[in-house]
Amino acid sequence: MHQDHELHVRRRGRNFGLLAVLLGFIVIVFALTVVKVTTGGFAEAFDHVARPALVPDDGATPTEDDE
Amino acid sequence: MTDLSLHMAHVDGPAEEAGLRDYWQLLKPRLMSLSVFTALVGLLVAPEGLHPFLAATSILWIAIGAGASGALNMWFDADIDRVMKRTRNRPIPSGRVTPSDALALGLFLTVLSVTMLGLTANWVAAGWLLFTIFFYAVIYSMWLKRTTSWNTVIGGLAGAFPPMIGYAAVTGTTPLEAWLMVALIFMWTPPHFWALALFVKLDYHVARIPMLTVTHGRDETRRQTWLWSLGLVAVSFVTAFTAIGGPLTLAVASVLNAVWLQRAWAVVRRDDLDSDADAHLAERRLFKWSLIYLFAHFAVFVAEAALGPYGGW
Repeated sequence: MHQDHELHVRRRGRNFGLLAVLLGFIVIVFALTVVKVTTGGFAEAFDHVARPALVPDDGATPTEDDE
Repeated sequence: MTDLSLHMAHVDGPAEEAGLRDYWQLLKPRLMSLSVFTALVGLLVAPEGLHPFLAATSILWIAIGAGASGALNMWFDADIDRVMKRTRNRPIPSGRVTPSDALALGLFLTVLSVTMLGLTANWVAAGWLLFTIFFYAVIYSMWLKRTTSWNTVIGGLAGAFPPMIGYAAVTGTTPLEAWLMVALIFMWTPPHFWALALFVKLDYHVARIPMLTVTHGRDETRRQTWLWSLGLVAVSFVTAFTAIGGPLTLAVASVLNAVWLQRAWAVVRRDDLDSDADAHLAERRLFKWSLIYLFAHFAVFVAEAALGPYGGW
């Protein structure tokens, strides 16, 4: 029959405490991510094409009709 | 040979198994609670505001940062703690936690708290948190605590930063109002601690810590308590006329300062003979008022902010 080592028995409380802390940390980081993504402005990373959102609309931009 | 190595391991290792409570004690929870309260006030009085979850987690990281500095302080001060009656049963001197474990915990929590505060709020707040931990652990604990009798004053500065970190977590800046909250705690700490030192016989002389009561005498400590009280009152009134203050702050500060000055004057105008005769009544009354004073003063800043358009000037 399997018997726990004396060290594991002695440290059981401490190990479960550490488990709770680690799980809490994971929950906090996940919730932080959700809050940051849902409340902050979406990141506009450089994607190798000119983004119309960043081009000032001064009326000089050629459109398909001009051609 | 085996026997010898086992004995050696026993000598170097902890005397008994450390529990979670011992690691919690390493973080100096009482010091942490003051940091949490003042940081929360700094966060609440800052303009704009922060998402409630980001605000709560920012406070958590600041608390963990304060705990990290407590662990580093306990690691370095283990030799002092071992000889003083009040601190002899702390986790390191009692042998339950090894010094290297305490150091590792302090450093790990420093990295964790600063990084997480930077990611949660901003890097200005994180930078000030890192500076505060460095100031408390290195400048105060390792250097000035053992070399100058003004250690209480300098140590107080480390405890004064949390409201500014809370403010910076929201705005990313540290304007005059944030610095005034720092100044208020900075001016409050020495008279608060000296009032305690005048009625509790702390055995700092055993550990050769140069406390003001020992190096300059108890009469000089009484005089310094009065001078710092005047400074505290001045800072307190200035805060009432800034963006975090208002008429309500002015009214509450007037009462708090009047009682403080009356009690501080009662301490400065007598000597140790009078003090012994009534079991240090005046010193005890000033100490008790100092606790109410700080709590009420910071609470009124929050009340002023909560009043919105009805608060402030």
